[in-house]
Amino acid sequence: MHESKKNLAFIDGSRLITEALVRAGADTFVGYPITPANLLYLYASKRFPTMLAAPDEITTLQWMSGFAVAGHVPVTATSYPGYALMVESIGMAAMMELPMVIVLVQRLGPATGTATCGAQGDLNVVYGTMSGGYSIPTFSISNYHDCWELSAKAVHTAIELRTPVVLLTSKEMVMTLQSFDWSNLPEIQPKKVKHYKGEGTYLPYKADETLVPDFLPVSQNKHQVRITASTHDTKGILQNVLPEAIENTKRLEQKLRRNIDEYTTYELDEQQGSETLIITYDISSQASREAVVHLREKGKKVSLLVAKTLLPIPQIYVDIANRYTRVVVVEENLTGQLRHLLFGAAGRKGVSGVNGIAKMISPTEIVEEVMRYE
Amino acid sequence: MSNTRFLTDAQLPFCKGCGHALVAQNTEKALQKLNVNPLDVVLVTDIGCHGIVDKSFLTHTVHGLHGRSSALAAGITAGLNNPGKKVIVFTGDGGATIGMQHLIGGAHLGFDMTVVVHNNMLYGMTGGQPSEFTPCGFKTPTLPEGSTKPGYDICELMVAAGASYVERVIGIGDYSDSLAKAFTAPGFSLVEVMEICPSYGVKSNPGMKLSKLVEDAGWNVKVYADGKGNSFKTPINSEPKSLISDKFEVKPKYSSSIERPFSIMLSGSAGEGVQSAAEFMAKAAIVAGLNSTKKGSYPVTVGVGFSASEVIVSPKQILYTGSPVPDVLIITSTDGLGYARAAAGRMKGGVIYIDETLDAPETGARIVKVPFRERVGAKNSAMYAVFYAVHYEKFYPIEALKDVFLSNKIAEKVNIESLLQF
Repeated sequence: MHESKKNLAFIDGSRLITEALVRAGADTFVGYPITPANLLYLYASKRFPTMLAAPDEITTLQWMSGFAVAGHVPVTATSYPGYALMVESIGMAAMMELPMVIVLVQRLGPATGTATCGAQGDLNVVYGTMSGGYSIPTFSISNYHDCWELSAKAVHTAIELRTPVVLLTSKEMVMTLQSFDWSNLPEIQPKKVKHYKGEGTYLPYKADETLVPDFLPVSQNKHQVRITASTHDTKGILQNVLPEAIENTKRLEQKLRRNIDEYTTYELDEQQGSETLIITYDISSQASREAVVHLREKGKKVSLLVAKTLLPIPQIYVDIANRYTRVVVVEENLTGQLRHLLFGAAGRKGVSGVNGIAKMISPTEIVEEVMRYE
Repeated sequence: MSNTRFLTDAQLPFCKGCGHALVAQNTEKALQKLNVNPLDVVLVTDIGCHGIVDKSFLTHTVHGLHGRSSALAAGITAGLNNPGKKVIVFTGDGGATIGMQHLIGGAHLGFDMTVVVHNNMLYGMTGGQPSEFTPCGFKTPTLPEGSTKPGYDICELMVAAGASYVERVIGIGDYSDSLAKAFTAPGFSLVEVMEICPSYGVKSNPGMKLSKLVEDAGWNVKVYADGKGNSFKTPINSEPKSLISDKFEVKPKYSSSIERPFSIMLSGSAGEGVQSAAEFMAKAAIVAGLNSTKKGSYPVTVGVGFSASEVIVSPKQILYTGSPVPDVLIITSTDGLGYARAAAGRMKGGVIYIDETLDAPETGARIVKVPFRERVGAKNSAMYAVFYAVHYEKFYPIEALKDVFLSNKIAEKVNIESLLQF
């Protein structure tokens, strides 16, 4: 029986994500419909102050960038085929330092794959979005509370760091209906883009110690604004490989690394005496949490790390993993994408994966892998 | 006419004799004639030789990707939502080729912006390759035999797409009045400026005159649309309603005696109410004080083929929402049987409720045949099957399901008594 429930509802994750995005400060949704992101599109059409239907995903990212140049905080929701079309424009928006959130709802690939089947196959795609190995802050939703809190975190991070942010989720999270008590969801404070207040010449890419430059939209007519996707100096003028311009480009990654503590979030459930750590993210998190319950009921000591900030990979994940002789990485893809990001092609002794496609990984599979060496 | 400067004093960054410089100068002159503030102008440039001009302008400048400048500008003008601002796009014929969808879409929707196409009929920055604008017979370094196809007539295309103001000009001398008309037209305007690239076009086509080339190509130098179009207005919902209002609240009213989670799979045909029936079943579980989840499976074509749904009802919090082996399987159609056969095969116990017209699948579950379709028809068979299963499996009181059913408008069309035939 439910206990101390106040506002019990039967809802999908898309509803919480959309509401949280708006409350956090996003004001514009640009979308091209694609399964399984279509509920987000539907809710956005009712909830966002402005919603525009774009004719394709390249246009979507370009319109979003335009809205951001004009001072808005735009959002879209898509799946891999749409994300693939957006890649060049996401790089543009990152180079221009425009805040926006891309909700990437994973489905079974490769290519068009199966639109109505969930997956966790896109981490490597997001990891490799930017030419040069630059990062896009990426959050991964592990349950309904994350639908709320990480969606807000995604908007706030995009605004604070002036960058596109990816919110990674999957079909089963955004389309499955669940009973949920939303009475204990925290308040979300709206955040606004910080504007330049100075009187002197505005340098659109000159940053202070935070490495994040102040912003000015082209809607004002006090200061000239120059925005560009090409390698540029602090004035926003194309400069090829002059040292000032290259320093500015390096700053794009440095601002994410320097501020990573501000947006690193994860769940760590450590059991004293445990030598085994389960690492997981996204839709496999709930199966992993359930597996941990079963394992502990059996008397097996086990710890759990649910990674919520996925990119850039926080160092703390590696530090935590290094405390364990056995690490099992659970993810719904064929090759173990997070496992490879954490441990490389060489892997590490004691590291294994629970992987699968075209089905949700079950708690039983995770229990079996953990118990394999017993 | 004001004498406000829109260009810096620095030399424009173009080859000697390039018409791109004249576009920049005529743009300045047109804006001076309109007496606008430079910082009420947003210049969006594409990739190509023309695109490096942004550093010479004293307006706001935005420099993006190849072919995407018109889409980027559309976002800017929609974001500004202010006709007092001038959003101007500079693009080449290459950028217009790549971004044709954005031009058609921009004209179609009527975004408040002006696109100035610098049409020198080839890709100048990458060595003189032909574009889709290269006219028949025109030679380029990579096409020395000359193009065998006519180039796009962008002006005709824009008129067809619904642009407000469209004009083609020869890019020689003073054409600032044409640009000024485009800048003041409501909605989407486009001016195609005809040029010859001094580096590649002239060398590959010695002696060719621009006006003769345009005439031979069949392109008219004229106004195609005179600025009577409409402007796009960005939709603004000033009072959007919260998605998590009280009306979604489900109040527990009954109680259930189940002591463990049960997973129920409902498998039938699209269009026969499978997803609604499963949703009612799961929602009724909450009314009965349980936790529940419901996830659907169906092909992408929503109107045909199978439609299946997995429901979990549980007295405890549900973490994992998958259910590889159902405790109860309900099959209401041939499509549903096809989809559920694998799940049936995994069942070592439990029960399968199956329409009596269907052959029982191989399974370790107990089979119960029920004339679902015969009793209520195909359209209501899934809803009836859910009532039937809840009645016999006793996950929770049937009153909870009745309450959910009766609170939905489907109750106006389907007599609940027909669903209570046990």
